[in-house]
Amino acid sequence: MNSLRRHLPSLAMLAPTILLVGVFVYGLIGWNFQISLTDRASLSSEYSYVGFDNYGDLLTDPRFLHSVRNLAIFTVVFIGGTMLMGLVWALLLERGISGEGVFRTIYLFPMAVSFVASGVVWRWLLNSAQGDNAGGLNQLFEMVGLGGLQNPWWSHPTWGMAAMAIPAVWQLSGYVMALFLAGFRGISIDQREAARIDGASEFQLYRHVLFPQLSPVALSAIIIVGHMSLKVFDLIMAISGAVYVTEVPATFLWDKLLGNEFAVVATTAALMLVAVAVVIIPYLVVTVRQEDE
Amino acid sequence: MSTATATTTTTPTAAPAQGRRWGPLVRFVILVGIASFVLIPAYVLIVTSLKPAIETTASQAWALPRAPTLDGWRQAWETLREPMLRSVALAVPAALLSSTLGCLNGFVLSKWKFPGADFLFTLLLFGMFIPYQAVMIPLTQIVRNVGLPSGIPTLIFVHTVFGLPITTLIFRNYFATTLPDEMLEAAQVDGAGQWTSFLRVALPLSIPGFVVAIIWQFTSVWNDFLFAIFLSNARNGPVTIALQALAGGQLTNYSASMAGALIASLPTLLVYVFLGKYFIGGLMSGSLKG
Repeated sequence: MNSLRRHLPSLAMLAPTILLVGVFVYGLIGWNFQISLTDRASLSSEYSYVGFDNYGDLLTDPRFLHSVRNLAIFTVVFIGGTMLMGLVWALLLERGISGEGVFRTIYLFPMAVSFVASGVVWRWLLNSAQGDNAGGLNQLFEMVGLGGLQNPWWSHPTWGMAAMAIPAVWQLSGYVMALFLAGFRGISIDQREAARIDGASEFQLYRHVLFPQLSPVALSAIIIVGHMSLKVFDLIMAISGAVYVTEVPATFLWDKLLGNEFAVVATTAALMLVAVAVVIIPYLVVTVRQEDE
Repeated sequence: MSTATATTTTTPTAAPAQGRRWGPLVRFVILVGIASFVLIPAYVLIVTSLKPAIETTASQAWALPRAPTLDGWRQAWETLREPMLRSVALAVPAALLSSTLGCLNGFVLSKWKFPGADFLFTLLLFGMFIPYQAVMIPLTQIVRNVGLPSGIPTLIFVHTVFGLPITTLIFRNYFATTLPDEMLEAAQVDGAGQWTSFLRVALPLSIPGFVVAIIWQFTSVWNDFLFAIFLSNARNGPVTIALQALAGGQLTNYSASMAGALIASLPTLLVYVFLGKYFIGGLMSGSLKG
């Protein structure tokens, strides 16, 4: 009782947030889940409960599975690309170089731009026409004598999603670089000096002293980029629009919403939430717990 | 071309230690090369936005404009002027509101913890990672039933609520590292309660936290497309929706779309260039690494 009184001001201060987040995050997630258990497929409020039928249907729907496959290709290239670029850029910058600030500013600037705006130019760059009609990157390849590299980019039926990930890698690599740079700078100079005095080569220094300490940074970068990938929507809408060849769960959901198929939309959203939760919840719990130690 | 900014800096200083595998000069050259790749989209945007329609054909795609014109910019501005104003009317209040609440939350969750505070904080943080589609159908229904005016007022509310996790996180980290417990204890000795110590001690010190939180929220709200497309349209929505409508059609006017993309990005780019340090502060807290 006494402790409750002591903590009353804290709870009062948090009350607006607890209420808003309680209702609009958790309450609406619950409501969405409820819709996913119905057969609602129109604006009318008449519907009946069908249990988990929608989940079963969706997970066997070839179109939905195609969108999941697309997302998987996109995610692999997105994570792989940003991790590789981010690490290399950080390695090039971490020992300090003149103009470092300028380089960092340039590498990070795509983060300040919306996917919708960058999508305008990437749509142009990833123009699928080849040969005489080639535009964008295909034409650049032609001009510099690398015509053989021309390809249909995102409109390729099998590997198009790998091309779709290029703008995403462009946008997020600077962010991963910033995370790695912060990681490198968090390691004391003494450790490097000690390793050098012990006769370690530069390669050994990175391999045995620096990289092992960066694995937590790498893990958080993978989790942050990975969970963004699971939600990808803006970028695809801006570059190809909601079309079958580049369909991912989020654009599938959008297309279903235009048809008022609310139950299917809610089910797709719930599955996306589960996928994100599986990645994010362990990360959150571990991070908050570590902070307190 | 666009790498000029990078190359005008002074030549690299000599490395202090011996035995480096990459000389600084080699690294510098590689860095300039990467920078020019990163800037390719910027080059295309600027060059194409200045071309007359006749020059935006595929064969002249990479060439500089022969007869530069501001027609594309004029056309884009005509379409985007009103949506730009709506984006300002959206992003500024949404950023201020969620930062204010976030400041209060961060204060409590860093300095006045109670049993279960960390659990509550974790629940709150989860709200910033969820795919917002998982709340979207109920949200559109509420908006329709409550009769909240669609477009900007609805979006202000939504962005305030869904901005709370990140602003709380920013202020929690901020107070944890910059507000000494001794100051709060001293205020308590003087008889200040929790509210008084918030208003008299924490709030006056919180300006840098507000700068980071407001800049971060302003940028995210400005760049948001997801909430905007579900809860507004090209007539009453923010600039991202209007830009998508301008650039997404089948018969695209390339110079106007590219000029439009630049216009729509200008506010956040200016914030990034002039207040980059604070922008990066928000960016880093997004990965939970204060």
